[in-house]
Amino acid sequence: MITTTHYLVLSLVLFSLGVIGMAVRRNFITVLMCIELILNAANINLIAFSRQLGDLTGQVFAVFVITIAAAEAAIGLGIIVALVRLKQTTNLDQVNVMEG
Amino acid sequence: MSWLLLHFSQIVFYALAACAVAGAVGVIAFRSPVRAALSLLGTFLAVAGLFVLMEAEFLAAVQILVYAGGVMVLFLFVIMLVKARDIPQERQYLGKLAPAAVGLGVLLAVLVGVGVWAAAHGAPADAAALRQVQGATLGNTEAVGWSLYRDYLLPFEVVSIVLLVAMIGAIVMGRREAPKEGGA
Repeated sequence: MITTTHYLVLSLVLFSLGVIGMAVRRNFITVLMCIELILNAANINLIAFSRQLGDLTGQVFAVFVITIAAAEAAIGLGIIVALVRLKQTTNLDQVNVMEG
Repeated sequence: MSWLLLHFSQIVFYALAACAVAGAVGVIAFRSPVRAALSLLGTFLAVAGLFVLMEAEFLAAVQILVYAGGVMVLFLFVIMLVKARDIPQERQYLGKLAPAAVGLGVLLAVLVGVGVWAAAHGAPADAAALRQVQGATLGNTEAVGWSLYRDYLLPFEVVSIVLLVAMIGAIVMGRREAPKEGGA
Protein backbone atom coordinates (compact mmCIF):
# COMPACT_ATOMS: atom_id res chain seq x y z
CA MET A 1 0.00 0.00 0.00
CA ILE A 2 1.36 3.40 -0.98
CA THR A 3 0.81 5.84 1.87
CA THR A 4 1.15 9.60 2.03
CA THR A 5 4.57 9.16 3.62
CA HIS A 6 5.90 7.51 0.47
CA TYR A 7 4.99 10.64 -1.45
CA LEU A 8 6.50 12.87 1.22
CA VAL A 9 9.81 10.97 1.08
CA LEU A 10 9.87 11.28 -2.73
CA SER A 11 9.08 14.98 -2.42
CA LEU A 12 11.90 15.37 0.11
CA VAL A 13 14.37 13.70 -2.24
CA LEU A 14 13.35 15.89 -5.20
CA PHE A 15 13.53 19.02 -3.02
CA SER A 16 17.01 18.09 -1.76
CA LEU A 17 18.24 17.44 -5.29
CA GLY A 18 16.93 20.87 -6.29
CA VAL A 19 18.73 22.57 -3.40
CA ILE A 20 21.96 20.68 -4.16
CA GLY A 21 21.73 21.73 -7.79
CA MET A 22 21.26 25.38 -6.81
CA ALA A 23 24.33 25.16 -4.56
CA VAL A 24 26.75 23.43 -6.93
CA ARG A 25 25.70 24.67 -10.36
CA ARG A 26 26.87 28.04 -11.64
CA ASN A 27 24.82 28.08 -14.82
CA PHE A 28 21.80 30.37 -14.49
CA ILE A 29 19.64 28.11 -16.69
CA THR A 30 20.40 25.03 -14.59
CA VAL A 31 19.64 26.98 -11.39
CA LEU A 32 16.22 27.91 -12.83
CA MET A 33 15.59 24.23 -13.60
CA CYS A 34 16.44 23.39 -9.99
CA ILE A 35 13.83 25.93 -8.82
CA GLU A 36 11.28 24.11 -11.01
CA LEU A 37 12.30 20.85 -9.32
CA ILE A 38 11.71 22.39 -5.88
CA LEU A 39 8.27 23.69 -6.89
CA ASN A 40 7.38 20.24 -8.25
CA ALA A 41 8.37 18.71 -4.92
CA ALA A 42 6.09 21.22 -3.19
CA ASN A 43 3.24 20.22 -5.51
CA ILE A 44 3.68 16.52 -4.69
CA ASN A 45 3.48 17.46 -1.00
CA LEU A 46 0.33 19.54 -1.49
CA ILE A 47 -1.48 16.83 -3.42
CA ALA A 48 -0.38 14.05 -1.06
CA PHE A 49 -1.79 15.98 1.90
CA SER A 50 -4.91 16.83 -0.09
CA ARG A 51 -5.50 13.11 -0.57
CA GLN A 52 -4.65 12.28 3.03
CA LEU A 53 -7.01 14.88 4.50
CA GLY A 54 -9.78 14.50 1.91
CA ASP A 55 -9.66 18.25 1.21
CA LEU A 56 -9.44 19.74 -2.26
CA THR A 57 -7.66 22.91 -1.07
CA GLY A 58 -4.27 21.28 -1.64
CA GLN A 59 -5.05 20.68 -5.29
CA VAL A 60 -6.26 24.27 -5.75
CA PHE A 61 -3.04 25.53 -4.20
CA ALA A 62 -1.05 23.24 -6.51
CA VAL A 63 -2.77 25.01 -9.43
CA PHE A 64 -1.56 28.32 -7.99
CA VAL A 65 1.97 26.96 -7.51
CA ILE A 66 2.07 25.82 -11.15
CA THR A 67 0.95 29.30 -12.22
CA ILE A 68 3.65 30.98 -10.14
CA ALA A 69 6.23 28.53 -11.51
CA ALA A 70 5.28 29.44 -15.06
CA ALA A 71 5.53 33.16 -14.26
CA GLU A 72 8.89 32.58 -12.55
CA ALA A 73 10.22 30.69 -15.57
CA ALA A 74 9.13 33.45 -17.94
CA ILE A 75 10.76 36.17 -15.78
CA GLY A 76 13.90 34.12 -15.16
CA LEU A 77 14.42 33.34 -18.82
CA GLY A 78 13.79 37.02 -19.63
CA ILE A 79 16.55 37.89 -17.17
CA ILE A 80 18.84 35.31 -18.87
CA VAL A 81 18.22 36.85 -22.29
CA ALA A 82 18.95 40.35 -20.92
CA LEU A 83 22.04 39.04 -19.09
CA VAL A 84 23.47 37.37 -22.19
CA ARG A 85 22.91 40.57 -24.14
CA LEU A 86 24.70 42.58 -21.46
CA LYS A 87 27.57 40.27 -20.42
CA GLN A 88 27.64 37.43 -22.99
CA THR A 89 27.50 34.84 -20.21
CA THR A 90 25.08 32.81 -18.09
CA ASN A 91 27.72 32.14 -15.44
CA LEU A 92 26.49 33.36 -12.06
CA ASP A 93 30.08 33.85 -10.85
CA GLN A 94 30.57 36.61 -13.39
CA VAL A 95 27.42 38.43 -12.36
CA ASN A 96 28.69 39.87 -9.09
CA VAL A 97 28.23 43.61 -9.48
CA MET A 98 25.90 43.75 -6.46
CA GLU A 99 28.15 41.49 -4.41
CA GLY A 100 30.44 44.41 -3.55
CA MET B 1 0.15 -12.83 -12.08
CA SER B 2 -2.16 -12.26 -9.13
CA TRP B 3 0.84 -10.85 -7.25
CA LEU B 4 1.31 -8.35 -10.08
CA LEU B 5 -2.32 -7.27 -9.91
CA LEU B 6 -2.25 -7.07 -6.13
CA HIS B 7 0.80 -4.81 -6.07
CA PHE B 8 0.09 -2.86 -9.25
CA SER B 9 -0.10 0.58 -7.61
CA GLN B 10 3.14 -0.05 -5.72
CA ILE B 11 4.95 -1.10 -8.89
CA VAL B 12 3.68 1.98 -10.74
CA PHE B 13 4.62 4.25 -7.82
CA TYR B 14 8.17 2.94 -7.54
CA ALA B 15 8.71 3.03 -11.31
CA LEU B 16 7.48 6.63 -11.55
CA ALA B 17 9.39 7.69 -8.44
CA ALA B 18 12.58 6.16 -9.87
CA CYS B 19 12.03 8.04 -13.14
CA ALA B 20 11.42 11.32 -11.26
CA VAL B 21 14.54 10.95 -9.10
CA ALA B 22 16.68 9.84 -12.05
CA GLY B 23 15.51 12.89 -14.01
CA ALA B 24 16.27 15.18 -11.08
CA VAL B 25 19.76 13.68 -10.74
CA GLY B 26 20.22 14.22 -14.47
CA VAL B 27 19.31 17.90 -14.12
CA ILE B 28 22.18 18.54 -11.72
CA ALA B 29 24.61 15.98 -13.22
CA PHE B 30 24.52 16.92 -16.92
CA ARG B 31 26.74 19.83 -17.89
CA SER B 32 24.96 20.45 -21.16
CA PRO B 33 21.83 22.53 -20.48
CA VAL B 34 19.93 20.78 -23.28
CA ARG B 35 20.47 17.38 -21.68
CA ALA B 36 19.55 18.81 -18.27
CA ALA B 37 16.33 20.25 -19.74
CA LEU B 38 15.34 16.94 -21.36
CA SER B 39 16.13 15.19 -18.08
CA LEU B 40 13.86 17.68 -16.31
CA LEU B 41 11.15 16.83 -18.84
CA GLY B 42 11.37 13.19 -17.70
CA THR B 43 10.86 14.35 -14.09
CA PHE B 44 7.83 16.44 -15.09
CA LEU B 45 6.19 13.51 -16.91
CA ALA B 46 6.87 11.12 -14.02
CA VAL B 47 5.40 13.62 -11.55
CA ALA B 48 2.32 13.92 -13.78
CA GLY B 49 1.98 10.13 -13.58
CA LEU B 50 2.23 10.35 -9.79
CA PHE B 51 -0.57 12.92 -9.79
CA VAL B 52 -2.75 10.41 -11.66
CA LEU B 53 -1.83 7.82 -9.05
CA MET B 54 -2.95 10.27 -6.35
CA GLU B 55 -6.27 10.70 -8.20
CA ALA B 56 -5.57 14.32 -9.14
CA GLU B 57 -6.23 13.88 -12.86
CA PHE B 58 -6.85 17.56 -13.54
CA LEU B 59 -3.48 18.53 -12.11
CA ALA B 60 -1.78 15.79 -14.11
CA ALA B 61 -3.21 17.31 -17.29
CA VAL B 62 -2.19 20.82 -16.18
CA GLN B 63 1.28 19.55 -15.29
CA ILE B 64 1.78 18.14 -18.79
CA LEU B 65 0.26 21.16 -20.55
CA VAL B 66 2.04 23.87 -18.56
CA TYR B 67 5.34 22.22 -17.63
CA ALA B 68 6.06 19.74 -20.41
CA GLY B 69 4.31 21.88 -23.01
CA GLY B 70 4.99 25.48 -22.00
CA VAL B 71 7.85 25.85 -19.55
CA MET B 72 10.02 23.19 -21.20
CA VAL B 73 9.63 24.75 -24.67
CA LEU B 74 10.54 28.10 -23.13
CA PHE B 75 13.67 26.62 -21.55
CA LEU B 76 14.79 24.89 -24.75
CA PHE B 77 14.06 28.03 -26.75
CA VAL B 78 16.26 30.16 -24.50
CA ILE B 79 19.00 27.50 -24.44
CA MET B 80 19.04 27.54 -28.24
CA LEU B 81 19.04 31.35 -28.19
CA VAL B 82 22.06 31.49 -25.87
CA LYS B 83 25.01 30.25 -27.90
CA ALA B 84 26.55 26.95 -26.80
CA ARG B 85 29.99 28.50 -26.35
CA ASP B 86 28.56 30.65 -23.56
CA ILE B 87 28.13 27.62 -21.30
CA PRO B 88 30.21 28.49 -18.25
CA GLN B 89 32.93 26.29 -16.91
CA GLU B 90 31.42 24.92 -13.74
CA ARG B 91 33.25 25.61 -10.56
CA GLN B 92 32.33 23.18 -7.84
CA TYR B 93 31.59 24.83 -4.52
CA LEU B 94 31.25 21.69 -2.46
CA GLY B 95 34.60 22.31 -0.75
CA LYS B 96 33.36 25.48 0.89
CA LEU B 97 29.93 24.01 1.56
CA ALA B 98 31.16 20.69 2.96
CA PRO B 99 30.12 21.23 6.64
CA ALA B 100 26.66 22.41 5.62
CA ALA B 101 26.38 19.50 3.18
CA VAL B 102 27.26 16.99 5.89
CA GLY B 103 24.75 18.53 8.30
CA LEU B 104 21.96 18.61 5.74
CA GLY B 105 22.82 15.08 4.64
CA VAL B 106 22.46 13.81 8.22
CA LEU B 107 19.15 15.69 8.53
CA LEU B 108 17.96 14.17 5.25
CA ALA B 109 18.95 10.67 6.36
CA VAL B 110 17.07 11.12 9.65
CA LEU B 111 13.96 12.44 7.87
CA VAL B 112 14.00 9.62 5.32
CA GLY B 113 14.42 7.11 8.15
CA VAL B 114 11.46 8.58 10.03
CA GLY B 115 9.48 8.59 6.79
CA VAL B 116 10.21 4.96 6.05
CA TRP B 117 9.30 4.00 9.61
CA ALA B 118 6.06 5.98 9.42
CA ALA B 119 5.25 4.54 5.99
CA ALA B 120 5.35 1.06 7.49
CA HIS B 121 2.88 2.14 10.19
CA GLY B 122 0.80 4.71 8.29
CA ALA B 123 -2.91 4.47 7.59
CA PRO B 124 -4.03 4.26 3.99
CA ALA B 125 -5.46 7.50 2.63
CA ASP B 126 -9.09 7.80 1.60
CA ALA B 127 -9.58 9.88 -1.54
CA ALA B 128 -13.34 9.36 -1.93
CA ALA B 129 -14.13 12.57 -0.02
CA LEU B 130 -12.28 14.57 -2.69
CA ARG B 131 -15.09 14.06 -5.18
CA GLN B 132 -17.98 15.09 -2.96
CA VAL B 133 -19.36 18.55 -3.74
CA GLN B 134 -22.65 19.49 -2.10
CA GLY B 135 -23.51 15.85 -1.61
CA ALA B 136 -22.99 14.86 -5.25
CA THR B 137 -20.10 12.76 -6.54
CA LEU B 138 -18.21 14.58 -9.30
CA GLY B 139 -15.11 14.06 -11.41
CA ASN B 140 -11.82 15.51 -10.21
CA THR B 141 -11.79 18.36 -12.72
CA GLU B 142 -15.32 19.44 -11.81
CA ALA B 143 -14.58 19.27 -8.08
CA VAL B 144 -11.40 21.35 -8.47
CA GLY B 145 -13.33 23.84 -10.59
CA TRP B 146 -16.02 24.18 -7.91
CA SER B 147 -13.40 24.79 -5.25
CA LEU B 148 -11.34 27.15 -7.43
CA TYR B 149 -14.18 29.39 -8.61
CA ARG B 150 -16.33 29.35 -5.47
CA ASP B 151 -14.01 29.23 -2.45
CA TYR B 152 -10.83 30.66 -3.97
CA LEU B 153 -12.08 33.20 -6.47
CA LEU B 154 -10.10 36.13 -5.03
CA PRO B 155 -6.73 34.26 -4.95
CA PHE B 156 -7.48 33.11 -8.49
CA GLU B 157 -7.89 36.73 -9.64
CA VAL B 158 -4.73 37.79 -7.78
CA VAL B 159 -2.77 35.00 -9.49
CA SER B 160 -4.06 36.17 -12.87
CA ILE B 161 -2.69 39.65 -12.07
CA VAL B 162 0.64 38.06 -11.13
CA LEU B 163 0.70 36.33 -14.52
CA LEU B 164 -0.06 39.63 -16.27
CA VAL B 165 2.76 41.38 -14.39
CA ALA B 166 5.16 38.51 -15.23
CA MET B 167 4.21 38.74 -18.90
CA ILE B 168 4.82 42.51 -19.00
CA GLY B 169 8.08 42.06 -17.09
CA ALA B 170 9.33 39.40 -19.48
CA ILE B 171 8.51 41.60 -22.48
CA VAL B 172 10.26 44.61 -20.92
CA MET B 173 13.39 42.61 -20.09
CA GLY B 174 13.45 40.86 -23.45
CA ARG B 175 13.42 44.15 -25.35
CA ARG B 176 16.61 45.09 -27.12
CA GLU B 177 16.99 48.59 -25.65
CA ALA B 178 14.99 51.38 -24.09
CA PRO B 179 12.89 53.26 -26.67
CA LYS B 180 13.94 56.73 -27.68
CA GLU B 181 11.93 59.75 -26.65
CA GLY B 182 8.91 60.23 -28.88
CA GLY B 183 8.36 56.57 -29.71
CA ALA B 184 10.41 53.80 -31.33
